[in-house]
Amino acid sequence: MYRVAITGIGIISCLGNDVRSVSEALRLGKSGIVVDPARTALGFRSPLTGRIEAFALKRPLHRKHRKTMPEFSLWSWAAATDAIQMAGLAPKDLQNDQTGLVFGCDSSCQAAVQQADLLKTHGETRSIGSGWIFRLMTSNITMNLNTILKTRGACWTLSAACSSGGHAVGQAADLVATGRQERVICGGAQEINWETVCSFDGLGAFSTRTQEPEAASRPFDKDRDGLIPSGGAAALVLERMDLAKARNAPVLGEILAYAFSSDGAFLSMPSLDGLQRAMQQALKRAEMTPSDIDYICAHATSTQEGDAAEAENIFSVFGDRCPPVSSTKSMTGHELWMSGASQVVYSVLMARGGFIAPNINFSGPDEHTKKLNIVTGTLDKGPGTVMCNSAGFGGTNACLILGFEA
Amino acid sequence: MRDSEIVEKINSALAEEFELDPASMVPEATLFEDLELDSLDLVDMVIVLEQTFGFKIREEEEIRSIRTLGDIHAFVIKKTHQVLQSP
Repeated sequence: MYRVAITGIGIISCLGNDVRSVSEALRLGKSGIVVDPARTALGFRSPLTGRIEAFALKRPLHRKHRKTMPEFSLWSWAAATDAIQMAGLAPKDLQNDQTGLVFGCDSSCQAAVQQADLLKTHGETRSIGSGWIFRLMTSNITMNLNTILKTRGACWTLSAACSSGGHAVGQAADLVATGRQERVICGGAQEINWETVCSFDGLGAFSTRTQEPEAASRPFDKDRDGLIPSGGAAALVLERMDLAKARNAPVLGEILAYAFSSDGAFLSMPSLDGLQRAMQQALKRAEMTPSDIDYICAHATSTQEGDAAEAENIFSVFGDRCPPVSSTKSMTGHELWMSGASQVVYSVLMARGGFIAPNINFSGPDEHTKKLNIVTGTLDKGPGTVMCNSAGFGGTNACLILGFEA
Repeated sequence: MRDSEIVEKINSALAEEFELDPASMVPEATLFEDLELDSLDLVDMVIVLEQTFGFKIREEEEIRSIRTLGDIHAFVIKKTHQVLQSP
């Protein structure tokens, strides 16, 4: 097995459109949650959402590419090219069989709705246009990036609900570790629009703390009242460590382990042992014990049941010696398909910036979350090791352990 | 509409849809090689021409033999005159 280096990162999120501004927002504990009045007018319970502000393509794309790319695919292009630039890879370095693409994504809902609307408007399928079939596939990220970057190895998008991004980074790491790819550009992306989340809102899963948008996402807090849908795109370049070092690439960190599990239980309720099994397996794969983990970047989304279950799962593994825990979703809201990948990017930013981001809006625990060591204010020391949890509908769990040299 | 106006209207619609450089839009420019359009673009080209000129051309056999921008000009000019002459 090969060691897996992280040599580049890129991020488009409601905290900012580049690594520098996102890192600063994480350090300051800044929220990216806003009110979208249009959702109220449409009949939503909650108008709260993450929003990507002032996004512009730094590296323009030709119309031929743009017409097959929904908005979140453009965000993915921006994040991926930032990561590639940071890794110091030239276009020709990517145009070979040893370079792959694996992203996590579980919908392209708005495009599907829009093509149906066009049919209703024009009354014939031939007037819809040629780009929509590509836009509406969840694999549109990797299919488009592949044709633009001209990579020739792995090329697929995996769907695993809210752990899609975590599994994508993990699978990419496995492809590199096993020698099947020398480098993989990986990550996750999530569309932000009302079409995608309207029925989710109808389940009563979203926070309705509309008067205080910045305080609405409260993972692990006793007064949490639901998640806030959000999105964006996160990308990483993973590379064989020996090759990265040989070309003097910047080694930002290392993927020490990836483990997965599934609950085999409920559709929307996490079990009390699923995530725990993924965490234990990840520790075993990394040949580590719980005390080797400096920081847990939790999945916690600010729902009653989900956060309680994660707290119990973490307690089962770490017991009374719980390392600092925070959920970046307290600032970003729930980035859904993207979140497992963005947590890795956020963790790299913390390690590089020498801090651990706070779990903002934490006023006190409930009976479950009191078992955790919640980070209530920014810690001024970066983590050397991080455990990133992600979990999704249907009970699919991913756990990644990252390592950073001091 | 004069033929020159039709040509201008075609070029303007295609330039906007396909972000073409007006300098490259000479009659002898081939659609695939010179203007770098592909088979998916041809689907959108038909939609754009139909919406611009208000006629239906997608089922016309003659479209299949179009190779250059000049072929499009000639085809649309002919079609426009046909539409005008029809009762």
